[in-house]
Amino acid sequence: MTKTISKEQLLALKQEMNKKALSKRRARMGLRVVTNILVVFVVLLPLLYAVSIAFMPSNELFTMELNLVPKHPTLTNFKDALINVPLLRFILNSFIMAGCITLGQIVTCSLAAFAFSFLEFKGKGLLFMVVMATMMVPGEATIISNYLTVGNWGILDTYPVLIIPYLTSAMGIFLFRQFYMTFPVSLYESAKSDGCSNLKFIIKILIPLTKSAIGAMAVYTFINAWNMYMWPLLVTGSDKMRTVQIGISMLNSVDSQSITLMIAGVVMVIIPSISIFIVGQKQLIRGMFSGAVKG
Amino acid sequence: MNKKKKRKWNLTPYGYLLPCMLVFAVFLFYPFFKTIYLSLYKTNKMGEAKLFVGLGNYMELLTSESFINSLKVTLIFVIIVVVGSMLLGLITAILCNKAFPGIRFFSTAYALPMAIASSSAAMIFEIMLHPSVGIINKLLGLDISWLNDPKTALYCVAILTAWLNSGINFLYFSAGLGNIDETIYERASVDGASSIQQFFSLTLPGLSPIMFYTLVVNIIQAFQSFGQIKILTEGGPNETTNVIVYSIYRDAFFNYRFGSAAAQSVILFFIVMLITLVMFRIEKKGVKY
Repeated sequence: MTKTISKEQLLALKQEMNKKALSKRRARMGLRVVTNILVVFVVLLPLLYAVSIAFMPSNELFTMELNLVPKHPTLTNFKDALINVPLLRFILNSFIMAGCITLGQIVTCSLAAFAFSFLEFKGKGLLFMVVMATMMVPGEATIISNYLTVGNWGILDTYPVLIIPYLTSAMGIFLFRQFYMTFPVSLYESAKSDGCSNLKFIIKILIPLTKSAIGAMAVYTFINAWNMYMWPLLVTGSDKMRTVQIGISMLNSVDSQSITLMIAGVVMVIIPSISIFIVGQKQLIRGMFSGAVKG
Repeated sequence: MNKKKKRKWNLTPYGYLLPCMLVFAVFLFYPFFKTIYLSLYKTNKMGEAKLFVGLGNYMELLTSESFINSLKVTLIFVIIVVVGSMLLGLITAILCNKAFPGIRFFSTAYALPMAIASSSAAMIFEIMLHPSVGIINKLLGLDISWLNDPKTALYCVAILTAWLNSGINFLYFSAGLGNIDETIYERASVDGASSIQQFFSLTLPGLSPIMFYTLVVNIIQAFQSFGQIKILTEGGPNETTNVIVYSIYRDAFFNYRFGSAAAQSVILFFIVMLITLVMFRIEKKGVKY
């Protein structure tokens, strides 16, 4: 005899199953959120710790107890850091350097990428391979000779020496070319037959169409330039030319009483690069991953 | 008419390449060959080649205890950094793989280390690892001088570097996970595959193209770490953190032995190139698309 299930029973069963599935899904979601909170705490710990120390009066730091948050938050560390070293000047230097590098890379890379994607010329494939091969040369392998070169030119400790060696990048050329290749050649040909010059084509058509790639490139380049360490360390010598990353390590050498002051300086230096990252994050992801790394 | 146009050597395209090629030529190709040239000479303090010694600098390096140590330290450092940063990037990417409340905050936080400079991070870690006031000793109830102890110093700088590099790995892996077709998971679930089985038989193979790319980028990047070592340990204690890049810096700009430093640069370049080429070989065989 087969057991028959009434309509009501079936409905109840269905509801029960749904409820089970829902609570299971909820439990999973809860687990995910909790794990995320734990992991994010570990990942952000250095930054949270830095912010906390930056606001801490220096006498509070030297206790045996666990002092995670300042009991009497203060702004004096920031003020002292600004007085002790010309931090604003360093920040200005870094902005000038990173800004010029970013702008320069966008210009040189889009010109080169245009030639590689729309123009026909002898040795195109070879030249492109040479450009790509430069990505394999670690910067440290050429830094000694570069230092000797700029030393011979007598331009140590100037803005140009910080900027010029970084005015182009193979990655940028690759990224832009990847974007340009998605446009049909007929776009270029029809513009050309309408009497549009190459330069005009780049400025009026290509650049507006590749805003997302340019945005990604700008964010990435600016942050990397802002964070540069070895080259500015070698080629700058005076307070007038030092960049922030070299400048804040000057706070490091002062006595240990000034730990809080040094961290306040670090926090001030991190803020610009983090803000640019947060604002430009979406651009960065969209531009970098829509074509370039799809495998 | 057409033929005539083609035969004319057209200079315009080269004009567009000129700015970037000029920079590459002066600051990449020229110094690259100059470095090889310098590595065959003994130099004076101004960095001018004075005495041709052939492979002398290389022979000296390969028999010097300090350089062999440097190679060993670099190897350990690179392995810890690459494994650490890729694991952290992978875990965080998987945690943000499915939508949940607050995902935007979390994914920004996981990518954030990529925006932080090695020197800034080094100074923060210096305080965290401070023997008396640092939070690490306080949390663990220990009294270790992390950065002055030859046993721990290398691990500290390596972990810091892994943290710094994990941000961009999170982005790579997130992009990779986004490319995996969702429906294969549904089918696997119906077939009764557990989450762990799914991870190893679906997620990891699905990630393999991006995994490969990320691995190459991470290895190259790890070899180039400098700022954190300069600030935290200056190669010490007992040269336990004297990675090749730091050794190059010290030889060139403190000891003024540009020839030896150049030889080390050439060795560094060959190691990086060899690893890259080997990796591409392996990729052709192993990666499933």
